[in-house]
Amino acid sequence: MSIKEIQDEIVSEFEMFDDWMQRYEYMIDLGKDLPLIDEKYKTDKNIIKGCQSKVWVHADLDGEKLNFTADSDAIITKGIIAILIRSFSGQHPAAIIEADTDFIDKIGLKEHLSPTRANGLVSMIKQLKMYAVAYQTQLN
Amino acid sequence: MLDIQKIRADFPILKRKVNGKPLVYFDNAATSQTPQVVIDAIADYYSNYNSNIHRGVHTLSQEATDAYEVARKKVQAHFNAKHDHEIILTAGTTHAINIVATGFTQFLGEGDEVIVSALEHHSNIVPWQMLCERTGATLKVIPMSQEGSLLMDVYEQLLSDKTKLVFVNHVSNALGTVNPIEFIIEKAHAVGAAVLIDGAQATPHMKPDVQALDVDFYVASAHKLCGPTGVGLLYGKETWLNKLPPYQGGGDMIDQVTFEKTTYAGLPFKFEAGTPNICGGIAFGVALDYMNSVGFDHIAAYEKELLDYATNELKAIEGLQIYGEADEKTAVISFNVGAIHPYDIGTIIDKLGIAVRTGHHCAQPIMNFYKIPGTIRASFAFYNTKEEIDVFVTAVKKAVMMLS
Repeated sequence: MSIKEIQDEIVSEFEMFDDWMQRYEYMIDLGKDLPLIDEKYKTDKNIIKGCQSKVWVHADLDGEKLNFTADSDAIITKGIIAILIRSFSGQHPAAIIEADTDFIDKIGLKEHLSPTRANGLVSMIKQLKMYAVAYQTQLN
Repeated sequence: MLDIQKIRADFPILKRKVNGKPLVYFDNAATSQTPQVVIDAIADYYSNYNSNIHRGVHTLSQEATDAYEVARKKVQAHFNAKHDHEIILTAGTTHAINIVATGFTQFLGEGDEVIVSALEHHSNIVPWQMLCERTGATLKVIPMSQEGSLLMDVYEQLLSDKTKLVFVNHVSNALGTVNPIEFIIEKAHAVGAAVLIDGAQATPHMKPDVQALDVDFYVASAHKLCGPTGVGLLYGKETWLNKLPPYQGGGDMIDQVTFEKTTYAGLPFKFEAGTPNICGGIAFGVALDYMNSVGFDHIAAYEKELLDYATNELKAIEGLQIYGEADEKTAVISFNVGAIHPYDIGTIIDKLGIAVRTGHHCAQPIMNFYKIPGTIRASFAFYNTKEEIDVFVTAVKKAVMMLS
Protein backbone atom coordinates (compact mmCIF):
# COMPACT_ATOMS: atom_id res chain seq x y z
CA MET A 1 0.00 0.00 0.00
CA SER A 2 1.14 3.52 -0.65
CA ILE A 3 1.46 6.08 2.13
CA LYS A 4 -1.74 7.72 0.93
CA GLU A 5 -3.61 4.41 1.02
CA ILE A 6 -2.41 3.62 4.53
CA GLN A 7 -3.38 7.10 5.68
CA ASP A 8 -6.86 6.70 4.16
CA GLU A 9 -7.17 3.39 5.98
CA ILE A 10 -6.24 5.03 9.30
CA VAL A 11 -8.76 7.82 8.65
CA SER A 12 -11.55 5.29 7.99
CA GLU A 13 -10.66 3.43 11.20
CA PHE A 14 -10.98 6.65 13.20
CA GLU A 15 -14.26 7.50 11.46
CA MET A 16 -15.89 4.59 13.25
CA PHE A 17 -15.79 6.54 16.50
CA ASP A 18 -18.30 9.21 17.43
CA ASP A 19 -16.48 11.13 20.11
CA TRP A 20 -13.02 12.28 21.01
CA MET A 21 -12.74 9.92 23.97
CA GLN A 22 -13.12 6.86 21.79
CA ARG A 23 -10.68 8.29 19.27
CA TYR A 24 -8.12 8.89 22.00
CA GLU A 25 -8.66 5.41 23.40
CA TYR A 26 -8.10 3.96 19.94
CA MET A 27 -4.96 6.04 19.53
CA ILE A 28 -3.70 4.78 22.90
CA ASP A 29 -4.37 1.23 21.69
CA LEU A 30 -2.41 1.87 18.49
CA GLY A 31 0.45 3.07 20.67
CA LYS A 32 0.59 -0.37 22.24
CA ASP A 33 1.41 -1.89 18.81
CA LEU A 34 4.21 0.57 18.15
CA PRO A 35 7.35 -1.19 16.84
CA LEU A 36 9.58 -0.46 19.79
CA ILE A 37 12.98 1.07 19.39
CA ASP A 38 15.94 -1.07 20.51
CA GLU A 39 17.09 0.04 23.98
CA LYS A 40 20.55 0.81 22.59
CA TYR A 41 19.06 3.55 20.39
CA LYS A 42 17.22 5.18 23.29
CA THR A 43 19.93 7.79 23.64
CA ASP A 44 19.69 11.52 24.25
CA LYS A 45 20.84 11.99 20.66
CA ASN A 46 17.72 10.24 19.38
CA ILE A 47 15.28 12.26 21.49
CA ILE A 48 13.07 14.53 19.41
CA LYS A 49 13.32 18.10 20.67
CA GLY A 50 10.19 20.14 21.16
CA CYS A 51 8.13 17.50 22.93
CA GLN A 52 7.04 17.76 26.57
CA SER A 53 7.35 13.99 26.77
CA LYS A 54 10.37 12.06 25.57
CA VAL A 55 10.17 10.57 22.09
CA TRP A 56 12.93 8.46 20.60
CA VAL A 57 12.97 7.47 16.93
CA HIS A 58 15.29 5.26 14.94
CA ALA A 59 15.26 4.27 11.26
CA ASP A 60 16.77 1.26 9.45
CA LEU A 61 17.09 0.77 5.75
CA ASP A 62 15.86 -2.60 4.47
CA GLY A 63 16.77 -2.80 0.79
CA GLU A 64 15.20 0.39 -0.51
CA LYS A 65 12.55 0.65 2.20
CA LEU A 66 12.80 2.49 5.45
CA ASN A 67 11.59 0.95 8.71
CA PHE A 68 11.00 3.05 11.79
CA THR A 69 11.00 2.12 15.46
CA ALA A 70 10.20 4.48 18.31
CA ASP A 71 9.12 4.88 21.91
CA SER A 72 7.83 7.55 24.25
CA ASP A 73 7.35 7.90 28.00
CA ALA A 74 3.86 9.33 27.40
CA ILE A 75 1.04 7.10 26.20
CA ILE A 76 -0.73 9.61 23.95
CA THR A 77 2.54 10.63 22.32
CA LYS A 78 3.23 6.95 21.75
CA GLY A 79 -0.08 6.69 19.92
CA ILE A 80 0.69 9.68 17.74
CA ILE A 81 4.13 8.44 16.74
CA ALA A 82 2.67 4.95 16.12
CA ILE A 83 0.17 6.43 13.64
CA LEU A 84 2.93 8.33 11.84
CA ILE A 85 5.22 5.33 11.70
CA ARG A 86 2.45 3.08 10.42
CA SER A 87 2.00 5.42 7.48
CA PHE A 88 5.74 5.80 6.76
CA SER A 89 7.33 2.42 7.57
CA GLY A 90 8.10 0.08 4.70
CA GLN A 91 8.11 2.95 2.23
CA HIS A 92 10.81 4.31 -0.06
CA PRO A 93 12.58 7.35 1.41
CA ALA A 94 11.61 9.44 -1.63
CA ALA A 95 7.92 8.71 -0.97
CA ILE A 96 8.31 9.68 2.70
CA ILE A 97 9.97 12.96 1.80
CA GLU A 98 7.08 13.85 -0.48
CA ALA A 99 4.25 12.55 1.71
CA ASP A 100 1.82 15.00 3.21
CA THR A 101 0.37 14.50 6.69
CA ASP A 102 -3.03 16.18 6.36
CA PHE A 103 -4.67 12.93 7.48
CA ILE A 104 -3.85 13.89 11.10
CA ASP A 105 -6.39 16.67 10.71
CA LYS A 106 -8.99 14.22 9.41
CA ILE A 107 -8.72 11.85 12.37
CA GLY A 108 -9.65 14.63 14.77
CA LEU A 109 -6.20 15.33 16.12
CA LYS A 110 -5.92 18.71 14.49
CA GLU A 111 -5.05 20.44 17.76
CA HIS A 112 -1.82 18.46 17.85
CA LEU A 113 -0.67 20.02 14.59
CA SER A 114 -0.10 23.47 16.02
CA PRO A 115 3.64 24.16 16.04
CA THR A 116 3.41 25.49 19.60
CA ARG A 117 1.73 22.37 20.87
CA ALA A 118 3.90 20.78 23.52
CA ASN A 119 3.77 17.27 22.08
CA GLY A 120 5.78 18.36 19.10
CA LEU A 121 3.93 16.43 16.40
CA VAL A 122 5.48 18.82 13.92
CA SER A 123 8.95 17.98 15.25
CA MET A 124 8.17 14.27 14.95
CA ILE A 125 7.15 14.58 11.30
CA LYS A 126 10.23 16.65 10.62
CA GLN A 127 12.48 14.07 12.28
CA LEU A 128 10.98 11.15 10.31
CA LYS A 129 11.46 13.10 7.09
CA MET A 130 15.04 13.94 8.07
CA TYR A 131 15.77 10.23 8.29
CA ALA A 132 14.23 9.77 4.86
CA VAL A 133 16.38 12.57 3.43
CA ALA A 134 19.52 11.06 4.98
CA TYR A 135 18.82 7.58 3.57
CA GLN A 136 17.74 8.95 0.21
CA THR A 137 21.18 10.54 -0.09
CA GLN A 138 22.71 7.18 0.74
CA LEU A 139 20.65 5.43 -1.95
CA ASN A 140 21.62 7.92 -4.67
CA MET B 1 -17.01 35.92 53.30
CA LEU B 2 -16.53 36.35 49.59
CA ASP B 3 -19.50 36.34 47.27
CA ILE B 4 -17.87 34.06 44.71
CA GLN B 5 -20.67 34.22 42.15
CA LYS B 6 -20.47 38.03 42.20
CA ILE B 7 -16.69 37.86 41.84
CA ARG B 8 -16.94 35.37 38.98
CA ALA B 9 -19.25 37.76 37.15
CA ASP B 10 -16.36 40.27 37.11
CA PHE B 11 -14.32 37.93 34.85
CA PRO B 12 -15.83 37.60 31.36
CA ILE B 13 -13.50 34.74 30.35
CA LEU B 14 -14.96 32.48 33.05
CA LYS B 15 -18.15 32.29 30.99
CA ARG B 16 -16.52 30.68 27.99
CA LYS B 17 -16.52 27.07 26.95
CA VAL B 18 -13.50 25.00 25.99
CA ASN B 19 -13.97 21.89 23.85
CA GLY B 20 -17.69 22.24 24.48
CA LYS B 21 -17.32 22.23 28.29
CA PRO B 22 -17.41 25.14 30.73
CA LEU B 23 -13.88 26.39 31.27
CA VAL B 24 -12.27 25.34 34.55
CA TYR B 25 -9.22 27.55 34.84
CA PHE B 26 -6.65 26.11 37.25
CA ASP B 27 -3.53 27.60 35.69
CA ASN B 28 -3.51 30.73 37.80
CA ALA B 29 0.12 30.35 38.79
CA ALA B 30 1.00 30.83 35.12
CA THR B 31 -1.24 33.84 34.67
CA SER B 32 -4.38 35.10 36.36
CA GLN B 33 -7.55 36.09 34.54
CA THR B 34 -8.54 39.68 33.97
CA PRO B 35 -11.56 41.39 35.53
CA GLN B 36 -13.77 43.70 33.48
CA VAL B 37 -12.54 46.82 35.32
CA VAL B 38 -9.00 46.15 34.09
CA ILE B 39 -10.19 45.41 30.54
CA ASP B 40 -12.18 48.67 30.69
CA ALA B 41 -9.11 50.60 31.87
CA ILE B 42 -7.15 49.28 28.88
CA ALA B 43 -9.94 50.21 26.46
CA ASP B 44 -10.33 53.62 28.12
CA TYR B 45 -6.63 54.38 27.72
CA TYR B 46 -6.58 53.60 24.00
CA SER B 47 -10.00 55.16 23.42
CA ASN B 48 -9.45 58.42 25.26
CA TYR B 49 -5.90 59.44 26.14
CA ASN B 50 -3.32 57.24 24.40
CA SER B 51 -0.12 59.30 24.12
CA ASN B 52 3.50 59.26 25.16
CA ILE B 53 4.37 60.21 28.71
CA HIS B 54 6.93 62.43 30.44
CA ARG B 55 7.45 64.37 27.20
CA GLY B 56 4.54 66.25 25.76
CA VAL B 57 3.06 69.51 26.96
CA HIS B 58 -0.23 68.65 25.32
CA THR B 59 -3.29 67.57 27.28
CA LEU B 60 -3.32 63.90 26.31
CA SER B 61 0.31 63.47 27.29
CA GLN B 62 -0.37 65.18 30.61
CA GLU B 63 -3.33 62.92 31.28
CA ALA B 64 -1.39 59.78 30.39
CA THR B 65 1.60 60.88 32.49
CA ASP B 66 -0.65 61.61 35.44
CA ALA B 67 -2.41 58.25 35.15
CA TYR B 68 0.91 56.40 34.86
CA GLU B 69 2.35 58.16 37.91
CA VAL B 70 -0.86 57.52 39.86
CA ALA B 71 -0.39 53.83 39.05
CA ARG B 72 3.18 53.97 40.38
CA LYS B 73 1.83 55.49 43.61
CA LYS B 74 -0.74 52.70 43.85
CA VAL B 75 2.05 50.12 43.53
CA GLN B 76 4.06 52.02 46.14
CA ALA B 77 1.11 52.04 48.54
CA HIS B 78 0.31 48.38 47.92
CA PHE B 79 3.84 47.24 48.75
CA ASN B 80 4.33 49.96 51.35
CA ALA B 81 7.52 51.32 49.78
CA LYS B 82 8.87 54.44 51.46
CA HIS B 83 9.13 56.46 48.22
CA ASP B 84 7.35 56.21 44.89
CA HIS B 85 10.69 56.51 43.09
CA GLU B 86 11.68 53.19 44.66
CA ILE B 87 9.12 51.56 42.35
CA ILE B 88 10.54 50.84 38.90
CA LEU B 89 7.87 49.73 36.46
CA THR B 90 9.38 46.95 34.34
CA ALA B 91 8.24 44.53 31.67
CA GLY B 92 7.76 41.91 34.36
CA THR B 93 9.56 39.85 36.99
CA THR B 94 12.24 38.48 34.65
CA HIS B 95 13.10 41.98 33.44
CA ALA B 96 13.27 43.22 37.03
CA ILE B 97 15.62 40.40 38.07
CA ASN B 98 17.85 41.10 35.10
CA ILE B 99 18.16 44.79 36.02
CA VAL B 100 19.56 43.81 39.41
CA ALA B 101 21.66 40.86 38.20
CA THR B 102 23.26 42.96 35.47
CA GLY B 103 23.74 45.90 37.81
CA PHE B 104 25.59 43.79 40.34
CA THR B 105 28.31 42.89 37.82
CA GLN B 106 30.47 45.76 39.01
CA PHE B 107 30.04 44.90 42.70
CA LEU B 108 31.20 41.28 42.51
CA GLY B 109 34.51 39.57 41.89
CA GLU B 110 36.31 36.30 42.46
CA GLY B 111 35.95 34.98 45.97
CA ASP B 112 32.50 36.52 46.37
CA GLU B 113 29.54 34.25 46.85
CA VAL B 114 25.89 34.50 45.90
CA ILE B 115 23.21 32.21 47.32
CA VAL B 116 20.13 30.93 45.50
CA SER B 117 17.53 28.40 46.64
CA ALA B 118 16.83 24.94 45.24
CA LEU B 119 13.21 25.98 44.75
CA GLU B 120 13.80 28.62 42.09
CA HIS B 121 12.17 29.18 38.73
CA HIS B 122 14.65 29.33 35.82
CA SER B 123 14.24 33.10 35.66
CA ASN B 124 15.68 33.31 39.18
CA ILE B 125 18.57 30.95 38.41
CA VAL B 126 19.86 31.76 34.96
CA PRO B 127 20.47 35.55 35.39
CA TRP B 128 22.51 34.81 38.54
CA GLN B 129 24.48 32.05 36.84
CA MET B 130 25.27 34.53 34.09
CA LEU B 131 26.28 37.08 36.73
CA CYS B 132 28.63 34.54 38.33
CA GLU B 133 30.13 33.70 34.93
CA ARG B 134 30.80 37.38 34.28
CA THR B 135 32.32 38.13 37.66
CA GLY B 136 33.93 34.89 38.82
CA ALA B 137 31.69 34.79 41.89
CA THR B 138 30.48 31.41 43.16
CA LEU B 139 26.83 30.30 43.22
CA LYS B 140 25.71 28.40 46.34
CA VAL B 141 22.38 26.61 46.63
CA ILE B 142 20.12 26.28 49.70
CA PRO B 143 18.88 22.67 49.52
CA MET B 144 15.30 21.50 50.09
CA SER B 145 13.59 18.70 51.99
CA GLN B 146 11.32 16.01 50.50
CA GLU B 147 8.33 18.10 51.61
CA GLY B 148 9.64 21.01 49.55
CA SER B 149 10.87 23.25 52.37
CA LEU B 150 14.23 25.01 52.29
CA LEU B 151 16.73 23.79 54.88
CA MET B 152 17.38 26.87 56.99
CA ASP B 153 20.18 25.30 59.04
CA VAL B 154 22.16 24.67 55.84
CA TYR B 155 21.39 28.23 54.72
CA GLU B 156 22.94 29.60 57.89
CA GLN B 157 26.04 27.51 57.26
CA LEU B 158 26.32 28.82 53.69
CA LEU B 159 26.33 32.44 54.86
CA SER B 160 29.67 34.11 55.48
CA ASP B 161 31.37 37.45 54.97
CA LYS B 162 31.95 36.29 51.37
CA THR B 163 28.20 36.30 50.73
CA LYS B 164 27.23 39.39 48.76
CA LEU B 165 23.75 38.54 47.50
CA VAL B 166 20.93 36.18 48.37
CA PHE B 167 17.95 35.58 46.08
CA VAL B 168 15.00 33.43 46.91
CA ASN B 169 11.45 33.30 45.71
CA HIS B 170 8.81 34.23 48.25
CA VAL B 171 6.68 31.31 47.05
CA SER B 172 7.82 28.42 44.84
CA ASN B 173 6.01 28.33 41.49
CA ALA B 174 6.26 24.56 41.12
CA LEU B 175 5.30 23.50 44.65
CA GLY B 176 3.65 26.51 46.30
CA THR B 177 5.98 26.46 49.31
CA VAL B 178 6.00 29.79 51.20
CA ASN B 179 9.61 30.44 52.12
CA PRO B 180 10.61 32.00 55.48
CA ILE B 181 11.85 35.18 53.85
CA GLU B 182 11.88 37.25 57.08
CA PHE B 183 14.47 34.86 58.51
CA ILE B 184 16.38 34.68 55.20
CA ILE B 185 16.59 38.48 54.95
CA GLU B 186 17.60 38.97 58.58
CA LYS B 187 20.41 36.40 58.41
CA ALA B 188 21.70 37.74 55.08
CA HIS B 189 21.81 41.28 56.43
CA ALA B 190 23.73 40.05 59.46
CA VAL B 191 26.64 39.15 57.14
CA GLY B 192 26.20 42.30 55.03
CA ALA B 193 24.60 40.63 52.00
CA ALA B 194 21.81 42.16 49.92
CA VAL B 195 18.60 40.20 49.30
CA LEU B 196 16.32 40.00 46.27
CA ILE B 197 12.96 38.33 46.77
CA ASP B 198 11.04 37.11 43.72
CA GLY B 199 7.42 37.71 44.63
CA ALA B 200 5.84 36.57 41.35
CA GLN B 201 4.04 33.63 42.98
CA ALA B 202 3.43 35.24 46.37
CA THR B 203 1.79 38.51 45.38
CA PRO B 204 -1.44 36.93 44.05
CA HIS B 205 -2.06 35.47 47.51
CA MET B 206 -0.65 37.95 50.04
CA LYS B 207 0.34 41.57 50.45
CA PRO B 208 4.04 41.96 51.22
CA ASP B 209 5.25 45.01 53.16
CA VAL B 210 8.71 45.77 51.82
CA GLN B 211 9.60 48.09 54.71
CA ALA B 212 8.57 45.60 57.37
CA LEU B 213 10.51 42.90 55.51
CA ASP B 214 13.49 45.26 55.24
CA VAL B 215 14.12 43.62 51.84
CA ASP B 216 16.61 45.23 49.44
CA PHE B 217 14.82 44.22 46.22
CA TYR B 218 11.37 42.79 45.65
CA VAL B 219 10.07 41.89 42.18
CA ALA B 220 6.69 40.80 40.81
CA SER B 221 4.49 40.67 37.68
CA ALA B 222 1.14 42.34 37.08
CA HIS B 223 -0.28 39.48 35.01
CA LYS B 224 -0.44 37.17 38.00
CA LEU B 225 -2.33 39.86 39.92
CA CYS B 226 -5.30 40.22 37.58
CA GLY B 227 -3.35 42.78 35.54
CA PRO B 228 -2.08 42.68 31.96
CA THR B 229 1.04 40.89 30.69
CA GLY B 230 4.23 42.82 29.96
CA VAL B 231 4.35 44.88 33.12
CA GLY B 232 5.78 44.32 36.57
CA LEU B 233 7.78 45.98 39.24
CA LEU B 234 11.19 46.24 40.70
CA TYR B 235 11.13 47.60 44.21
CA GLY B 236 14.57 48.59 45.42
CA LYS B 237 15.71 50.50 48.45
CA GLU B 238 16.62 54.01 47.37
CA THR B 239 20.28 53.56 48.40
CA TRP B 240 20.60 50.42 46.26
CA LEU B 241 18.85 51.87 43.24
CA ASN B 242 21.14 54.89 43.38
CA LYS B 243 24.17 52.61 43.46
CA LEU B 244 23.10 50.32 40.60
CA PRO B 245 24.01 51.43 37.07
CA PRO B 246 21.24 51.84 34.44
CA TYR B 247 20.27 48.65 32.64
CA GLN B 248 19.37 50.04 29.24
CA GLY B 249 20.25 53.30 27.55
CA GLY B 250 17.63 55.31 25.75
CA GLY B 251 15.09 58.06 26.01
CA ASP B 252 13.53 59.04 29.32
CA MET B 253 16.49 57.76 31.37
CA ILE B 254 18.78 60.71 30.71
CA ASP B 255 19.43 64.10 32.24
CA GLN B 256 21.83 65.66 29.70
CA VAL B 257 23.17 64.09 26.54
CA THR B 258 26.17 65.28 24.54
CA PHE B 259 28.43 63.08 22.44
CA GLU B 260 31.10 63.46 25.10
CA LYS B 261 29.05 62.55 28.16
CA THR B 262 25.54 61.64 29.24
CA THR B 263 24.25 62.15 32.74
CA TYR B 264 21.42 59.98 33.90
CA ALA B 265 18.03 60.94 35.15
CA GLY B 266 17.17 60.35 38.78
CA LEU B 267 15.02 57.54 40.11
CA PRO B 268 12.87 55.90 38.90
CA PHE B 269 13.53 57.08 35.32
CA LYS B 270 17.16 55.92 35.32
CA PHE B 271 15.80 52.38 34.92
CA GLU B 272 12.92 53.18 32.60
CA ALA B 273 14.56 53.79 29.23
CA GLY B 274 12.32 54.19 26.22
CA THR B 275 8.55 54.36 26.04
CA PRO B 276 7.25 52.08 28.77
CA ASN B 277 4.13 49.92 28.75
CA ILE B 278 2.02 52.94 29.63
CA CYS B 279 -1.36 51.28 29.29
CA GLY B 280 -0.07 48.20 31.14
CA GLY B 281 1.20 50.29 34.01
CA ILE B 282 -2.11 52.11 34.36
CA ALA B 283 -4.04 48.84 34.18
CA PHE B 284 -1.70 47.33 36.80
CA GLY B 285 -2.80 50.08 39.20
CA VAL B 286 -6.45 49.29 38.50
CA ALA B 287 -5.78 45.55 39.02
CA LEU B 288 -4.25 46.25 42.44
CA ASP B 289 -7.30 48.34 43.35
CA TYR B 290 -9.50 45.43 42.33
CA MET B 291 -7.51 42.85 44.33
CA ASN B 292 -7.56 45.13 47.36
CA SER B 293 -11.31 45.65 47.04
CA VAL B 294 -11.71 41.86 47.24
CA GLY B 295 -9.26 41.94 50.13
CA PHE B 296 -6.14 39.82 50.62
CA ASP B 297 -7.33 38.46 53.99
CA HIS B 298 -10.45 37.12 52.30
CA ILE B 299 -8.45 35.81 49.34
CA ALA B 300 -5.99 33.94 51.57
CA ALA B 301 -8.71 32.38 53.74
CA TYR B 302 -10.83 31.28 50.79
CA GLU B 303 -7.88 29.91 48.80
CA LYS B 304 -6.80 27.89 51.85
CA GLU B 305 -10.27 26.35 51.87
CA LEU B 306 -9.96 25.46 48.17
CA LEU B 307 -6.45 24.05 48.71
CA ASP B 308 -7.51 21.83 51.62
CA TYR B 309 -10.60 20.62 49.79
CA ALA B 310 -8.72 19.80 46.57
CA THR B 311 -5.84 18.17 48.46
CA ASN B 312 -8.25 15.81 50.25
CA GLU B 313 -10.22 14.99 47.12
CA LEU B 314 -7.11 14.31 45.06
CA LYS B 315 -5.47 12.18 47.74
CA ALA B 316 -8.42 9.81 47.53
CA ILE B 317 -7.26 8.86 44.01
CA GLU B 318 -5.21 5.68 44.15
CA GLY B 319 -1.54 6.15 43.31
CA LEU B 320 -1.72 9.94 43.37
CA GLN B 321 1.40 11.58 44.71
CA ILE B 322 1.52 15.24 45.70
CA TYR B 323 4.86 17.06 45.46
CA GLY B 324 5.38 19.86 47.92
CA GLU B 325 3.61 19.51 51.23
CA ALA B 326 5.24 22.25 53.22
CA ASP B 327 3.24 23.50 56.21
CA GLU B 328 3.07 26.95 54.63
CA LYS B 329 1.95 26.78 51.03
CA THR B 330 -0.23 28.70 48.62
CA ALA B 331 -3.12 27.24 46.64
CA VAL B 332 -0.97 25.15 44.31
CA ILE B 333 -1.02 21.37 43.97
CA SER B 334 1.70 19.66 41.96
CA PHE B 335 1.09 15.95 41.45
CA ASN B 336 1.42 12.78 39.40
CA VAL B 337 -0.65 9.62 39.32
CA GLY B 338 1.36 6.40 39.36
CA ALA B 339 3.73 6.29 36.43
CA ILE B 340 1.37 8.11 34.07
CA HIS B 341 3.10 10.93 32.23
CA PRO B 342 1.75 14.35 33.32
CA TYR B 343 1.41 15.32 29.68
CA ASP B 344 -1.07 12.47 29.07
CA ILE B 345 -3.35 13.53 31.90
CA GLY B 346 -3.07 17.21 30.93
CA THR B 347 -4.09 16.38 27.35
CA ILE B 348 -7.14 14.37 28.37
CA ILE B 349 -8.45 16.85 30.92
CA ASP B 350 -7.97 19.71 28.46
CA LYS B 351 -10.53 17.91 26.30
CA LEU B 352 -12.82 18.17 29.32
CA GLY B 353 -12.39 21.95 29.51
CA ILE B 354 -9.81 22.03 32.28
CA ALA B 355 -6.72 24.21 32.08
CA VAL B 356 -3.76 23.07 34.19
CA ARG B 357 -0.05 23.29 33.63
CA THR B 358 1.95 20.17 32.86
CA GLY B 359 5.69 19.79 32.57
CA HIS B 360 8.69 20.98 34.52
CA HIS B 361 7.22 24.45 35.26
CA CYS B 362 10.53 26.11 34.32
CA ALA B 363 11.96 24.57 37.47
CA GLN B 364 13.98 21.63 36.18
CA PRO B 365 16.20 21.42 39.31
CA ILE B 366 13.09 20.64 41.39
CA MET B 367 11.98 17.94 38.95
CA ASN B 368 15.49 16.46 39.04
CA PHE B 369 15.31 16.47 42.84
CA TYR B 370 12.18 14.30 42.74
CA LYS B 371 13.51 12.35 39.70
CA ILE B 372 10.36 12.97 37.65
CA PRO B 373 9.87 14.41 34.13
CA GLY B 374 7.35 16.90 35.42
CA THR B 375 4.07 17.22 37.24
CA ILE B 376 0.51 18.29 36.72
CA ARG B 377 0.06 21.59 38.51
CA ALA B 378 -3.36 22.85 39.50
CA SER B 379 -3.21 26.38 40.88
CA PHE B 380 -6.26 28.10 42.28
CA ALA B 381 -7.41 31.69 42.51
CA PHE B 382 -10.10 33.38 44.55
CA TYR B 383 -12.58 33.11 41.65
CA ASN B 384 -12.39 29.32 41.57
CA THR B 385 -14.96 27.12 43.31
CA LYS B 386 -15.30 23.76 45.02
CA GLU B 387 -17.68 22.71 42.23
CA GLU B 388 -14.86 23.28 39.74
CA ILE B 389 -12.58 21.17 41.89
CA ASP B 390 -15.19 18.38 41.74
CA VAL B 391 -15.25 18.60 37.93
CA PHE B 392 -11.45 18.54 37.90
CA VAL B 393 -11.14 15.53 40.22
CA THR B 394 -13.70 13.59 38.16
CA ALA B 395 -11.76 14.47 35.01
CA VAL B 396 -8.47 13.28 36.50
CA LYS B 397 -10.14 9.99 37.47
CA LYS B 398 -11.49 9.60 33.92
CA ALA B 399 -8.04 10.30 32.46
CA VAL B 400 -6.41 7.78 34.79
CA MET B 401 -8.95 5.17 33.72
CA MET B 402 -8.24 5.83 30.03
CA LEU B 403 -4.49 5.81 30.51
CA SER B 404 -4.01 2.80 32.79
